[in-house]
Amino acid sequence: MKHLDARGLSCPEPVVMIRKAMMSGERAYEIVVDNVTSKENVTRYAEHQGYTVSVCQSGSEFTLQIQK
Amino acid sequence: MKLKNEKLAIILAGLAIGVIAVLLVLFGNPTNMGFCIACFLRDTAGGLKLHTAAVVQYVRPEIIGLVLGSFLMACLKKEWAPKGGSAPLTRFILGFFVMVGCLAFLGCPFRMILRLAGGDLNALFGLLGFVGGILAGVFFLNKGYSLKRTYRQPRLEGMAFPIVQVVILVILVFFSSLLAFSESGPGSKHAPVLISLAAGLIVGALAQRTRLCMVGGIRDAVLFRESKLLLGFIAIFVAALAGNLILNAATDTTFFKLGFESQPISHSAQLWNVLGMALAGFGCTLLGGCPLRQLILAGEGNTDSAIAVLGLIAGAAFSHNFGLAGAADSVVDGVYKVGGPGANGKVAVIAGLVIVTVIACVNTFGKKEEV
Repeated sequence: MKHLDARGLSCPEPVVMIRKAMMSGERAYEIVVDNVTSKENVTRYAEHQGYTVSVCQSGSEFTLQIQK
Repeated sequence: MKLKNEKLAIILAGLAIGVIAVLLVLFGNPTNMGFCIACFLRDTAGGLKLHTAAVVQYVRPEIIGLVLGSFLMACLKKEWAPKGGSAPLTRFILGFFVMVGCLAFLGCPFRMILRLAGGDLNALFGLLGFVGGILAGVFFLNKGYSLKRTYRQPRLEGMAFPIVQVVILVILVFFSSLLAFSESGPGSKHAPVLISLAAGLIVGALAQRTRLCMVGGIRDAVLFRESKLLLGFIAIFVAALAGNLILNAATDTTFFKLGFESQPISHSAQLWNVLGMALAGFGCTLLGGCPLRQLILAGEGNTDSAIAVLGLIAGAAFSHNFGLAGAADSVVDGVYKVGGPGANGKVAVIAGLVIVTVIACVNTFGKKEEV
């Protein structure tokens, strides 16, 4: 599983980050974001690419488990 | 299913915002200027006497409402969070030149849509430049452009911008003699304060919930084949177009006039419409959102966006103090005179494109340390 830290990055950088990571062809990723907009955007993009996304919130941070 | 709901929400919000924009014109705002973040920040800068252009001085309650609407909605949804520290001075400079570009064109991306919905075809050239500018920004985003991370800030830091809006509102309502008010020109045309404020509050809250962004719509469509934000953009256009056509038929005032000539607060110097909005689109993409989105984020506690808004205000003040802003087309002695920016404005737009490109290059190819 590939781990990505997108905390503090502004829109649309978290999505660009996960998109580039997905080019490696791995089946599972974990990405941490720290705002609702990034959580929504990354989730939307990953689901659009055929992945399933589960979200775990801890305080103001969200850890997204992205799997195919 | 969730995505369908998000799309439905942004379409409904866009339709509501389009209607509100047309109603603001009915209640007194300048034609095709129900909302214009660039124009309203410029008017506010004038109202606060940061520039001396007598025709564009009025503290616009819509701006205050947008920030406070976003602030209240973000608090309600527990999304308010004070954060900042991501290249604030760079963001100030980007905001400055975004405003230079907008005022060369005579409107922000929001007004560009409203101008199109009013039949002003000059805005098509603005749209062309805007898309080009966004494509330039997308190129750098794909190459790794980043202004690095934001960090958690003290609560007061995030509260400061909304508090300033409340202070300005108090001054506007109770100590208005401190401010400047246009007696003619666009600054003299405005809806009543309460209506403007309410419109700002509603649109601010809707934009906070839906993440509405004029730049994001085109950027995400190009970058990710994602249409959500673009739907909001289109919904505003459709609602404003319908509203303009209805009011055009139902009232004596002209709300819709199709063509290039004699459009309200608009010029047909098409090269500068293209280049002005190219600068705005490019700069906004590097900022992460359009001027409206910067106001909404500032309301959510993002101090980087608040700095970008201060850059926009400074850009507006400089544009009018140094003759950078475009002039509307006019008829002088029966002869149609094409407006647009003067020599200073043209130099500023070109300089802006160069400076924004340098900022993009340095933050893309410059240093490769871990963000």
